[in-house]
Amino acid sequence: MHIGTKTDRRGVPRGSLQGEPGHNRFWEGFRHGIPIGLGYFSVSIAFGIKAVSGGLTPFQAVLISLTNLTSAGQFAGITVIAAGASLLEMALTQLVVNLRYALMSLSLSQKLHASVGTLKRCVIAFGNTDEIFAVASSQRGSLGLRYMLGLMTAPIFGWSLGTLTGAVADTLLPDIVRSALGIALYGMFIAIVVPPMKKQGSVRAVVTISLVISTAFYYIPGLSSLSPGFVIIICTLAAAGMGAYLFPLPDEEEEIRDNPEKESLGAEREKGEKP
Amino acid sequence: MIYAYIAVMAVTTYLIRMLPLTLFQKKIRNRYIRSFLYYVPYACLAAMTFPAILYSSASMYSAAAGFLVAIVLSLREKSLLTVALSACGTVFVVERILELL
Repeated sequence: MHIGTKTDRRGVPRGSLQGEPGHNRFWEGFRHGIPIGLGYFSVSIAFGIKAVSGGLTPFQAVLISLTNLTSAGQFAGITVIAAGASLLEMALTQLVVNLRYALMSLSLSQKLHASVGTLKRCVIAFGNTDEIFAVASSQRGSLGLRYMLGLMTAPIFGWSLGTLTGAVADTLLPDIVRSALGIALYGMFIAIVVPPMKKQGSVRAVVTISLVISTAFYYIPGLSSLSPGFVIIICTLAAAGMGAYLFPLPDEEEEIRDNPEKESLGAEREKGEKP
Repeated sequence: MIYAYIAVMAVTTYLIRMLPLTLFQKKIRNRYIRSFLYYVPYACLAAMTFPAILYSSASMYSAAAGFLVAIVLSLREKSLLTVALSACGTVFVVERILELL
């Protein structure tokens, strides 16, 4: 169990990961997580509604949110459940839809303080969502366990409570409100995808390829009989694969170029953080 | 059966997050894999959004209007919350207008 700690000490040359962590106060992390939690609350209401209308009980919907803590993966997951697909298809869908977390976790592993050993990393891993990762990687210096726990708290509560609210209110909410909330998750996805499209031609190309394939699978007879889970997998593998082939990232030389995602997310965050 | 689905979802998602954080502490050197992982979220979110978004509300017109508003606000780099709620508001307003027609 100590192998992780050793490689951390050996693999990370920067002194800031030794000594005192740059951020290790629970309440500082908690404060940084509040906006994420509020956003999650409103978006997960839509998830709760969708889950219940797909045949799940409110308890099952909240259980999914508590144990998964991922918007895109859960959204794809209830589609798979509703389609009555196999457990293998579920695992494959989650693997492909959530593959991006592997990259984020890799990046975050470089950001954690040397005092964060393997067991603590296992706890932090649970809360590594797109937004938590974005905020964490935009902080200066290394991060300790307490900061990360604080950062995870509000988002976890917001995501679960919002799901409960949506699931329970489903029957109470009038159709006109439910119809309007159905677009919330898609709105969030668009807000994640569009800003990088503005700056990077490669992302524009990847998104375009994916849109063309997914539209084809939706409308072309024969292709449209394929389950949505596999369509997402096919689109992702094809578009991201072509993107990597056509527009490989620059070779890693310095830390920022080594991790473009970190750079863009960090820049965005700093812009939004200015008081 | 539903709990089996939920268990598979939770375990798969957790392992994806946990394994790289604990095991692979060295940086990825392979340029192609790094690039692929970098493009994955965009490819995946795009495929999930379109054309499904057009069928997310009671009418395709209101959904298309919400889609448009979400794109415009995202181009202005508004927050996730602003974009999501504005899309909802647009769908609501357009559907009320459609009722009047």
